[in-house]
Amino acid sequence: MSEHHIKLPEGSIEKTTTTLNLGPTHPATHGVMQNILELDGERIVSTEQTIGYIHRAFEKLAERRPLAQITTLTDRLNYCSSPLNNMGWHLTCEKLLGVKTPKRVDYLRVIIMELARIADHLICNSIVGVDAGAYTGFLYVMQYRELIYEIYEEVCGARLTTNIGRIGGFERNFNDIAFRKLEKFLREYPKVLKEFENLFQRNRIFMERTMGTGAISAERALNYGFTGPNLRAAGVDYDVRVHTPYSSYEDFQFNIPVGTTGDNYDRWLVREKEMWESLGIIEQAYQKVQEFKGAEAEVYHADVPEYYLPPKADVYTKMEALIWHFKIIMGETNIPVGEVYHSIEAANGELGFYLISDGGRTPYRLHFRRPCFVYYQAYEELIKGSMLSDAIMTMSSLNLIAGELDA
Amino acid sequence: MSLTNEIIKQRLTEKFGDQVTGFEESYGLLSFEAPKELNLKVLNFLYDDEQLKFRFLTDLTGVHYPDKAGRELAVVYHLHNLAGNIRLRFKIFTPVSQPDVYTATGLFSGANWMERETYDFMGVNFVGHPNLKRILNVEEMDYFPLRKEFPLEDQTRIDKDDEMFGRG
Repeated sequence: MSEHHIKLPEGSIEKTTTTLNLGPTHPATHGVMQNILELDGERIVSTEQTIGYIHRAFEKLAERRPLAQITTLTDRLNYCSSPLNNMGWHLTCEKLLGVKTPKRVDYLRVIIMELARIADHLICNSIVGVDAGAYTGFLYVMQYRELIYEIYEEVCGARLTTNIGRIGGFERNFNDIAFRKLEKFLREYPKVLKEFENLFQRNRIFMERTMGTGAISAERALNYGFTGPNLRAAGVDYDVRVHTPYSSYEDFQFNIPVGTTGDNYDRWLVREKEMWESLGIIEQAYQKVQEFKGAEAEVYHADVPEYYLPPKADVYTKMEALIWHFKIIMGETNIPVGEVYHSIEAANGELGFYLISDGGRTPYRLHFRRPCFVYYQAYEELIKGSMLSDAIMTMSSLNLIAGELDA
Repeated sequence: MSLTNEIIKQRLTEKFGDQVTGFEESYGLLSFEAPKELNLKVLNFLYDDEQLKFRFLTDLTGVHYPDKAGRELAVVYHLHNLAGNIRLRFKIFTPVSQPDVYTATGLFSGANWMERETYDFMGVNFVGHPNLKRILNVEEMDYFPLRKEFPLEDQTRIDKDDEMFGRG
């Protein structure tokens, strides 16, 4: 101990590590979550994550709501890609009810889902850049995410918490403006994505910051229940879209990009590649949609009068439509008894819905399998022994969304 | 030969006899239950068996059935064999008065938070869990909110002064 050191009282034990609270409100945590870090100098000795700051009891609320009203709850899970959650929920309901959707609906859904995936990955990847000190990329791509939000707006009227689609299809057909906007996006986006890649992919500083940090082996990732880009970055080619295709994903050609090391750089690369694949899927889907001719080209929902609202004009003039309208709005339709688990490939991984119905008007129990919640528990293992600045990068490259963590 | 629900059922009955019950297939997914004392034995068998290889824990959650005396709380495991791409659902039931269930954290690291969540909301006590405390709710909470004895607010109540939202 040197001369100028503070003199401690006799018998006291000197603490050699520093405790640091990262969050709950910290610009680098991108949401409300707390990390109590134990630091030795700048190295992380241990950490404990505290979550639940925006817990809203969705599973409890869902037990009082008819199926259609639960869609708005799913909006608020991963709010960077609400349409994916909405579609996942509709597909779960359709599985329980045994509804078969027309092909055109499936393809339109694929377009919306892949747009949402691009929007989500775009945010995640550009935020990784921000946390490494490169703000330009983030600001640059934001105006192209705007193009995606404008398409949502045209289809459902909302931008962030979309409540898009209904059980059986869409609330209205895609109009011409929506398709023009989609074409504009398909035309302009590849160039932007390429430029975004040029800013980061071979950027020396970015590579040094991300390579070799926050790495996880395939075996550990599987044991932790990782899914989505984070698992694929570790080298496991598990993708729900391929393993258990839903919404006619089997009709599309696409690759599953995988990484090798499972570190921050690989996670970034996998997301980047997935955006290109998503673009390809959207192009294929749009082509397939254009192939429908005549009456088929006007189909935008399945025939499920018990759950799909009739046209408003009919409600005012026809008895049957009025009855259905009333029953749907008041949630007076009994759901068939059953137990169903359905999952989709959301932007962060396998988003599952475990729905139990006892024949009442509302679910008996609904559980969301949130990919974020499952993989965030590995955070301690990922950052142990690394520098504080790497912990920040790891957090953003995992793509943690507080809404999904807390449900 | 690829793995089918029939083979899984056969393998399980060979190993555990009549202790595994309630086989059913809903929407293509095989579901069964076992006594709660056997949960780790069954999970281990599903994990290790050369043919079954259910090594991915997709989901773990709880359900409360207040009317089923002696088996009020269910713990539901969703397992996935990624190589053979087949899923199954495994349930155990426990009385609410003695909700002790062995933890699966030794087998799946991912079970850690899932079990904490189940404890937090349902009050299932996972024996042997390394850090069993509340996760989403505040630590001072002394009840388990997803149990059925806690209904949501009655929408027609009139004792609340809530003019802004059209009540009272």
